[in-house]
Amino acid sequence: MKEGLNSFEISSLIVESPTDYMLKVSNLSVKIQNQTILDNVSFEVKKGTTLAIIGPNGAGKTMLFRVLLNLVPHTGKIEWTDKVKIGYVPQHLSAGDIPISIKEFLSFKSRSGIEDSLSAVGLDSEEILNKSLGILSGGQLRRVLIAWAIIDKPNVLLFDEPTTGVDLDSEEAIYRMLSHLKEEYKITLLLISHDVHIVRNYSDYMLALNKCVTFFGDSKEIVNPALQKVIYGEAVCIEHNT
Amino acid sequence: MTDVSIFSLLIAITVGLAAGYLGSLMVLRKMALVGDALSHVALPGLALGILFNFNPFFGAFAFLFGSAVVIWQLGRITKLSFETIVGALFTLALAVGILIIPEPELLEALFGDITTVSLPETVISAVVSVAAIFLTKVIYKKIVLGMISEELATSTGVNVAGINLLYLLLVSLVVAIGIKITGTLLVGFLVVVPAATAKVTSSNLSRYSLLSAAIGAVSSSSGVLLSSYLDLPPGPLVVLSGIIIFGGAILIGGLTKSPI
Repeated sequence: MKEGLNSFEISSLIVESPTDYMLKVSNLSVKIQNQTILDNVSFEVKKGTTLAIIGPNGAGKTMLFRVLLNLVPHTGKIEWTDKVKIGYVPQHLSAGDIPISIKEFLSFKSRSGIEDSLSAVGLDSEEILNKSLGILSGGQLRRVLIAWAIIDKPNVLLFDEPTTGVDLDSEEAIYRMLSHLKEEYKITLLLISHDVHIVRNYSDYMLALNKCVTFFGDSKEIVNPALQKVIYGEAVCIEHNT
Repeated sequence: MTDVSIFSLLIAITVGLAAGYLGSLMVLRKMALVGDALSHVALPGLALGILFNFNPFFGAFAFLFGSAVVIWQLGRITKLSFETIVGALFTLALAVGILIIPEPELLEALFGDITTVSLPETVISAVVSVAAIFLTKVIYKKIVLGMISEELATSTGVNVAGINLLYLLLVSLVVAIGIKITGTLLVGFLVVVPAATAKVTSSNLSRYSLLSAAIGAVSSSSGVLLSSYLDLPPGPLVVLSGIIIFGGAILIGGLTKSPI
């Protein structure tokens, strides 16, 4: 660990057995057209926990997800546990004017379990299945995307800003639903969020990025003003050897 | 009806079906003008076929196929939109084609001539059209998913770049055989207008794609039939038939379509 962050504990993340890990990332770096997007990022995620990924705009949060999904060339090591099954919810969709019903969209991923997954996210199948994807409200769209992600029973979910385009009332409901799904399906959650309140209440650990890791530890630390300055101020990288 | 009339009608129906079906994706990708412009790339290939006495269809297909690969690769490397790359390529191809094609055949190349088709050409067109429809059906959902979210598609194992290339190649095939009906200047109609018509009246994907294929077949076959009765070139009549259906769809769709 480099200077500047000695007061923050990261030892709580050191788990006893390698089988406790859902994911271990070591020395991950991404460069695109000679620009460093991620720099020597290391962290791990314990099974059944929620990791919140936070940081300023352009910090590489979404890129980290893209790398974890193996969509981007990178250096370093990404180790998922055996039999990992990843569900992914992107921040944006371009459904716009594509005439596609919810039923058609969900059946792209699986022809079975559509009603169950919609029910799990609090949507009425009969009411919504024949609606067009492009006309859903922000809250409905996020729920449909979560239904998409859980339809084939994943054990890890990656959420990029789960409540983008959602009003404040629905936002809390979506996070409560995520917590419920996590317990019910025994899922490990990785979510990107800007919201300090959400990070504190709905995640176990947080990874602060600013191209490199600026903090990795207990989410409750987010209320610490000094840490917030670190997270959203000038990047002071730490090293964490997994 | 003469044999040639029957052959023409068969080509019109099968190519219309294929162009309408493939075009439904082109319009969703907001690549309507790409479909139109891509067709002009065939002109130098047609010219070479005429000049060196081989079937111009093969020349057209070779140029369309080559262009599709170049467009796909340039798009990946430069991140320029397909429209921009096709815009540059098609003007070049049109210029080269007009310079080298013999003048008597220029009109046929530009506007098509289905009145001289043979049985082998009919069979080739039908087989190519059916194969293009079948292969597009296999990748249809994957392409749509890639349009909705490339990350979502890739995360479910879809090779977005690969299916885009395959799709462009299939479009090249259908455009190459469509040129026989409408010529290079008007073949873009076949991949754009039936899909636009279907989109006005559809709220789900299966209805949209099937309707687009059906409208493609109806437009091109009615244009060819009118051509034989009126003794006028088929290309413009195919376009006019399709545009009348398009106008009707806008009228009906505007009055009845509401999001469900």
